[in-house]
Order: sequence, then C-alpha cells, then structure tokens
Amino acid sequence: MIALIGLAAGVALGLLLEPDVPLWLQPYLPIAIVAALDALFGGLRARLEGIFDEKVFVVSFVGNTVIAALIVFLGDQLGVGSQLSTGVVVVLGIRIFSNAAAIRRKLFGA
Amino acid sequence: MSGGSEDRARGVRGVLELLRPRSTRGQLLGGLLCLLLGFAVVAQVRSTQKDGEFATARQDELVGILSDLSQRSERLRADIRELEETKAGLERDAQGDAALREARERARTYGLLAGTLPAEGPGIELVIHDPRGAVRAVNLLDALQELRDAGAEVVQVGDVRTGADTYFLDAPDGGVIVDGRRLRPPYRFLAIGDAHTMTTALNIPGGVVRTLRGVGADVTINSRARLAVSAIRSG
Repeated sequence: MIALIGLAAGVALGLLLEPDVPLWLQPYLPIAIVAALDALFGGLRARLEGIFDEKVFVVSFVGNTVIAALIVFLGDQLGVGSQLSTGVVVVLGIRIFSNAAAIRRKLFGA
Repeated sequence: MSGGSEDRARGVRGVLELLRPRSTRGQLLGGLLCLLLGFAVVAQVRSTQKDGEFATARQDELVGILSDLSQRSERLRADIRELEETKAGLERDAQGDAALREARERARTYGLLAGTLPAEGPGIELVIHDPRGAVRAVNLLDALQELRDAGAEVVQVGDVRTGADTYFLDAPDGGVIVDGRRLRPPYRFLAIGDAHTMTTALNIPGGVVRTLRGVGADVTINSRARLAVSAIRSG
C-alpha cells in the first residue's frame, strides 16, 4: 500500500516539478528504470507467494538498478554500449514477463 | 486443476492483504524507492518526449549523422564558391566575353544532352547479334536505360542518336523501329561515358546482358578510349 502511494506520489511529484534528466544520467536512467520495474514485479510476485521480505526487496531494487546502470556504463567504455543495453533490456523484459505470468497464475489461477 | 479455486482464493486474499497499510521500516523504505521510481519514470518520459530524434541515438550514430551533415555542407560550400566565381567573372568583363563563353558552354552541354551535336569521348561499344530474331524492342530499351543509369551521356543505337523522347517499337516483319527508323540486327550501341561503370552495369547478374543471352542473343561489349558519335537528332 505504502509502495503504491509512493509510486503515485512519485509520478505526481515528477509531473509537478518537471525535472530535467542530467546529462551524465541520461544513458543509464532508462535501463535503471527497467531494472527497478523488474524488482517491483519480483517483489509483487514474492508478496503473493508469501515469501516477501522487505530487506530482500530493498536490496534487490537498489542492486538491480545499480548493476544495470553499471553494465551499460561498462558497455559504453568498451564500445558495445548499445548492444549491451539492448541485451540488458531483453533479459529484464523476459524476467518481467515471467514474473507477470507468475502473478497472473496466483491471482486468477490461470 | 483441483487446487485452482483454492489458489485463486489465496491470491485474492493476498492482494487484499497487500493493500493493507503497514508501517514497518522496510515498508517505508520500499515506498520511498517506489516514489523514486515514479519520479524517474516521469522524468525520463518527459525528456524522451522533449528531444525525440537524437536523445535515444548513441554516440556512433550521432557521429555518423554529424559527418553526413559536414560532408553535405562541404559540398554545398564548394557549389557556392563555384557560383561566386562565375558571378565575379560575369561582373568583371564589360564586353560580355565571359557571359558569351558561359552561354556557349551551356549550349554545348545541352546540345550534347539533347543529341543535336556530334560527340566524341571514351565509352563502350555494345553489339547485340540476334541470330534467332528473338530480341524485342523492350530488350533494347532496357539496354538503353541501363546505359543511362550507368552515366552514359551520349548514346547512339545503329545510326539513331537517342534523346529524351526516343522510342523502340517491334517491327511487324522483324527488326526494331527506333525513332521511326528501321534497325536490323546486329544492333550496335555506342555510349560515351565511364566505360567501367557501364560495363559493370550491363553485366550484373540478372541484368541486360544475361537477359539477352537468355533469349539466345550474342552480346559483345568493347570499351574504347575514343569513340565518335556522329549521328545527330534534328531540332
């Protein structure tokens, strides 16, 4: 519940303040967001399966975003930034889908 | 599945329980992270919408775009220089010598393109022998178009100089009518332009030469360092 309120508050805050993404963050923010979404879905799934742990959620959320950004950064340094970020997005997308499928099974039994 | 409804009931209960506010430290921290996520999503979406074309492009793509642009501006700058030289030349002479020369030069170029002047230069000679009488007007038209695409400036077919309105017709009793004149095999094309480019263009797989050979014609291409196209079009 608090998470949901936080999400809504964040969106509202973003719409109100109209922030500019700083230049150094621009390549990493989209990937970090996808990673965070992955953590979010993972948390939701764990919650529904009754194995949710707040510590695990917070650590995985922060860890995922940082690692995703780090991978893109490393890719940029190695000159394969675009390929690597595509790869990260694909992997995270697959995870989000499988988490969503698990959530769907829990909720609707189908 | 027998446990389906049970699962489902647990699922719904799970959701309801999920929505029940609890204020442990971890929950607050999770809420804070979600706030951050929502904020970041909005910021990112807004910045993507703002400058759509280049924001998502990566460094190497941007470099490519930039070098394209600088090449184009270089070309345009060369054009400007040329035109300014012409302009200065025209302004300098009071008698109109340069203007006359310019006009003559242009008349010559247009005459060559229109086919009203004889021409000479490097090029190729394309001869199509047609022992079976299978070559149709459309084959010759293809050959002419291929030559034009490959940069032929002046083309003569048989003794007909081709122009913008040249046409090819199948003659009822064999041969081909080109611009009202009846041609019989072998058909001989003289084309002035870059010999290598034209030869390559004619010889591409599935191209003119292959097609012609496919219908049983015999095709020879010779490149010439000097070729005289003497046929002209009237008016």
